[in-house]
Amino acid sequence: MASDISPCTFDILKNPDGEWTIVLSGSLNINTAAGTLSTLTSELKKNALTSLKFDLEKIIDIDDYGALVLYELKNEVCDPDTDFQILNPPEKLQNLMTRMKSNNSKQSRLTSFSSVSNLVIQAGETAIENFKSIKYFITFIGSLVMSALRIFQKPKSLRFDDIIRHMKTTGVDAVPVVALISFLLGLIMAFMSSLQLKQFGANIYVASLVALAMVSELGPIMTAIIVSGRSGSAFAAEISTMKISEEVDALLTMGFDPVLFLAIPRIIAAIIVIPLLTMFANLFAISGGLLIGVTMLDLSATSYISQTINSLNLFELFWGLSKSLVFAILISCVGCLRGFQAKGGASAVGHAATSAVVTSIFLIVLFDSIFAVIRSYWG
Amino acid sequence: MTENSAARVKNLTVKYNNELILDNISFSVDRNEIFVILGGSGSGKTTLLRHMIGLESPLSGKVFIDDINITECSENRFYEALKKIGVLFQSSALISSMTVGENVALPIAEFTDFSKKAIARMVQLKLSLVDLERYEHYLPSEVSGGMKKRAGLARALALNPEILFLDEPSAGLDPVTAAEIDELILDINKQLGTTIIIVTHELASIFAVAQRVIMLDKSTKKIIAEGTPDKLKNECDNPYICKFFNRQTNIEKR
Repeated sequence: MASDISPCTFDILKNPDGEWTIVLSGSLNINTAAGTLSTLTSELKKNALTSLKFDLEKIIDIDDYGALVLYELKNEVCDPDTDFQILNPPEKLQNLMTRMKSNNSKQSRLTSFSSVSNLVIQAGETAIENFKSIKYFITFIGSLVMSALRIFQKPKSLRFDDIIRHMKTTGVDAVPVVALISFLLGLIMAFMSSLQLKQFGANIYVASLVALAMVSELGPIMTAIIVSGRSGSAFAAEISTMKISEEVDALLTMGFDPVLFLAIPRIIAAIIVIPLLTMFANLFAISGGLLIGVTMLDLSATSYISQTINSLNLFELFWGLSKSLVFAILISCVGCLRGFQAKGGASAVGHAATSAVVTSIFLIVLFDSIFAVIRSYWG
Repeated sequence: MTENSAARVKNLTVKYNNELILDNISFSVDRNEIFVILGGSGSGKTTLLRHMIGLESPLSGKVFIDDINITECSENRFYEALKKIGVLFQSSALISSMTVGENVALPIAEFTDFSKKAIARMVQLKLSLVDLERYEHYLPSEVSGGMKKRAGLARALALNPEILFLDEPSAGLDPVTAAEIDELILDINKQLGTTIIIVTHELASIFAVAQRVIMLDKSTKKIIAEGTPDKLKNECDNPYICKFFNRQTNIEKR
C-alpha cells in the first residue's frame, strides 16, 4: 500500500531553560522522514537542550522511517543526560522503536571489535584460505595425474570430440589476433632498433634482432599472454559456471570424473595448439620486421630472409617451443583449477576468470625467468 | 534397519564452519518405496541428500547405498554405488552445451558398449518415458523449466538406477506441471520398481506421492517426525509440524 504523502509539519515550543517540545503533525513516513530529520537536526543542534519532547498526537501516519527520525534525533542531538520523551505515541510506534533498539544493540556488538583484532582475524583467515588453496592445487595436480593414467587404461574415456572443439576455440580462433599483434610487434621492434643500428650502418642486423628476440623470448610469451586472456579465462568461466549450476555435481553422480571430462580435453588441446600458435606468431613478427626492412632500411627481401635464417638455429626454435609447451600446461591447468575452485553465485564466475588470467600471467613470467636462469647456466 | 533397505543413513552428523547442520540423523529407506525428506527452508534437506549421494563427506556417521557404506569404501566400491543411483538436481543440471538427447546419451555412452545407433534408440526410449521425444535436439536453454526437469529425470533414469534421488522436483513449477511431475514419479515407481527418495517442502507433492516421510527440524537439526503424510498431519504433537501441515488447509479455508 502506498504511504500517505501529506507533508509533515512541526511547531517548536521552547523555554529559556532548554526544555523543548516539538509538536509534529501530518505524516511522518518514508516520503517525509528524510526532510524532517535534516530540518530538525539542523534546528536542534544549534541549541543546548535539557529536555526534548515530541508530541505525536496530531500525527496521522507513521512508519519505520518515522521511528528512525525519532531514534536518530535522540542519538544525534541529545546528550546522555537530556530528558527525551515521546508524548502520545501511536500504538505501532512503540513496537518499531523497540525493534530499532534491539537491532542497534546487535550492530554495536558487531562493530565493537577493535581494528587490531580485525586485522589479526583477517590475516588468519587469509592464511587459512591460502593454505586451503595450496591443498586444493596439490589435490588437483594429483587428480590430473590419476586421470591421465586412467586414459592409458581406458582410452575410450578420452573425449576426442571435445579436444577438437577446444583446439578450434583455443587455437584456430586465436590466429587472427595473435597474427596481428605479432606482426605489429615485429614491425615496432624493427623500426625502433633500426633507429640505433642505422647509425652504425648495421641495418641488416635488424633481421637478426627481430628473429632471435621473437623466436626465443617474445613469441612464446606474447602468445601465452594472449591465450591466457582468451582461453584461460574462458576455461575458468565455463567450468565455474558448470560448477555453480550443479553440472559438475551431476557428472560426479553419474560416475564421471569431472577432471577427466572437463580439464583433460582442454589441457591436451592447449598443449597441441599453443606451440603452433607460437610458430605463427614468430612468422608474423618476422614478416613485420621484413616490411620495415624492405620499405625503410633499403634491404632486399632475400637478404633480410637469409639473415634471419642464418641467425636462427634449431636449438633456438626448440627452446622457444618448449617454453610455449610449458606455458600451455600452465595456462590450461590454472584456468581449469580456478574453474573448479569457484564457489557461490555469479560473482564467483567473474572472480574465477580474473584470477585465472592474473595467476597465468604471473606464472608465465615466473617460468620464463626460470628458463632464463637455466639457459644462463647451460651456456 | 531392515535387510530390505535400499539406502540407510546411520548417525549422520554434519557441520559447516563449526555450525551444526545435521545432528545424529538415522533412518532407512525400503526398496520400491517413495520416501520424502521434508523440512522447512534451511533445515538441511539438500545437505542430507548431498551426503546420501556421496557429494560430501560427513563429520561422522555412515551412509549405505544398498550394502555399500559410501562414506568409508574404496573408490571402486563408491563407483559401484553410484551406478545404483540416479539424481535429479534442483536446477536439473543438464550440461548446457549439449542437447537434451546428448545429455541422456552421456551416461549410456560412457558406461555401456552399445553402438551409436543403439544408444540413439535407447535415448528415444528414455525420453518417451518423460514424454520428451520431440525435444531430443533442443538445447536445455531452449526448453521450459518443466521440460528441463523431465529431461533431467530421463538422464537420471538412463542407466536404470535402483534408487532415484530427486531434489525439489516440483520447485518453481506451476501446479499443473508439478502435478505432471508427480504423476511421472508415481509411474516410474510403479513401472520400473525404482526406489525414489525426494527432498521437498511442497505439500501437494508430498500428499500425492509420498509413502513415508521424515521431517527435519531447523532448530534441533534432528528428525522430528517419521511416518505417512496423513499420520504426520493428523497426529502431530509438535506445534511446528502442525503449523507446517495445516498451512495448506488454512489457505483452502480462506
